[in-house]
Amino acid sequence: MEGREQWGTRAGFILAAVGSAVGLGNIWRFPYVAYDNGGGAFFIPYLFALLTAGIPLLIMEFTIGHKYRGSAPLSYARMHKKAEWIGWWQVAIAFVISTYYSVIIAWAMAYTYFSVNLQWGGDSGGFLMEKYLQRVDIVNGAAIGSVGSIVPGVFIPLVLVWIIALGILFKGVKEGIERANRIFIPALLIMFLMIVIRALTLEGAALGLEAFFKPDWGKIASPGVWVAAYGQIFFSLSIAFAIMITYSSYLPKKADINNNAFIAAFSNSSVELLAGFGVFAALGFMAKQANIPIEEVATAGIGLAFVVFPEILNSFPGFNGLFGILFFGSLVFAGLTSLISIVETFIAAVQDKFNVSRTKAVILGGGLSALVSILYATQGGLFFLDAVDYFINNFGVALAGLVSVVTVAWFLKYLKPFQDHANQISDLRTGSWWRFCLGVVTPAVLGYMFVLNLVDNLTNNYEDYPTSFLIYSGWGVVVATIIIGFILASLKWGAKGLDGTGNSDNKGVDE
Amino acid sequence: MSGSAIVMMIVGIIVIWGGLAASIWNAVKVTKQNK
Repeated sequence: MEGREQWGTRAGFILAAVGSAVGLGNIWRFPYVAYDNGGGAFFIPYLFALLTAGIPLLIMEFTIGHKYRGSAPLSYARMHKKAEWIGWWQVAIAFVISTYYSVIIAWAMAYTYFSVNLQWGGDSGGFLMEKYLQRVDIVNGAAIGSVGSIVPGVFIPLVLVWIIALGILFKGVKEGIERANRIFIPALLIMFLMIVIRALTLEGAALGLEAFFKPDWGKIASPGVWVAAYGQIFFSLSIAFAIMITYSSYLPKKADINNNAFIAAFSNSSVELLAGFGVFAALGFMAKQANIPIEEVATAGIGLAFVVFPEILNSFPGFNGLFGILFFGSLVFAGLTSLISIVETFIAAVQDKFNVSRTKAVILGGGLSALVSILYATQGGLFFLDAVDYFINNFGVALAGLVSVVTVAWFLKYLKPFQDHANQISDLRTGSWWRFCLGVVTPAVLGYMFVLNLVDNLTNNYEDYPTSFLIYSGWGVVVATIIIGFILASLKWGAKGLDGTGNSDNKGVDE
Repeated sequence: MSGSAIVMMIVGIIVIWGGLAASIWNAVKVTKQNK
């Protein structure tokens, strides 16, 4: 039997897990979420969420992948035949995310090039929407939901992104994913550190840091702040969409699961904190230059990266182009390491289920995702991207996380065997707190978050988009991932069957 | 920067970056012991 691939070293696995967790959200989401939810006081709910949900969930997913040694569908099927659909559901969610995530990396790649001579000019917002994305409603006067034509400036870097990602994935786990992360993660850290150090020495940096760290203790009593903290931890750790199960299935038999989870989670939070320093120091500089309060420039997401940061770069005292290349280059590296992990989930799943070679699985899975991603490289792509991203995260990832933890903890009652498995091979042992967090705290918080979001979205249309548009590009996508999960779970396993795939007698190394 | 902002900055650095340093140090220590 062909053995399952394995990581070359423990550091290789940790770097890959960190590379997956550290993505665009660390840089452009965390700083604003913290600022908007109590500043320095946000660290209390954030750390509480990290210890009661983030790390326990990470340990659970590492344990599932390591114990059952398979992709998410194979691992869930080996856990219980009726649970296989959860694995496929998570894989379908990963597929959807990969289709638009690749496009955002393509934007960052284009902006790395634009940085050379600050091509966005004085109106960065107008440049992004009209000249670069050629938004269908602005340029063509068409309605939201119209596709328009393909935008070459997005399509060309998108092709490059897919060539790089699939090229790495063709090479396999050790020679491809592990080697790429060994290069990309240190490169990302060095580039980002250079930006942070420069930002901290800018005039007005202290003003930004004051806004970011000043605690607003009154906000801690608000349930919304706690939901934001759990949401940040949950969405930034690559939990509940098959990644960590897939990556840990390539671990050797002897692997310190618990400590690996602590290292991966704290690494992710460390980059978020570093991003907080860099982003708010730069925003403080911008506020000082424009002589306006920090709340007028503080923002998150695409607006922060592609509108506000170009404006900051315009007023940089020197080496504007170089710092633009460093910033957008960091986004490219952070995005690529995450995209690789997302695509690997369905490559591994296709390999396991249909007993095909990695090359065929990469062509089939990665090729299909690349093809679908072209939709977001059109003039109307931004609206589809925005709606799909919002719905797949809030109703796909969050619900899949809730269903998986409830299935494991309440229905199958596997928390104790999983804990025993992890503790047996780990130096760092978890106690009853781990089972309490996963059996009570996590389902309660995820359930509350889900109900809040559901009520909010049933009463108000997200971003006031037309209902028909949200039905097929939001709700429809979420429901489709569940249906696809059930359909793929109903298909028979390949020639090797459930027990024959994925296992390896190779003990590997863990050092 | 105000005193409370500085305190929270230091707390964040100690807990998050300290947590990372402690977990890496533990992994290195165990690896050395097992050799």
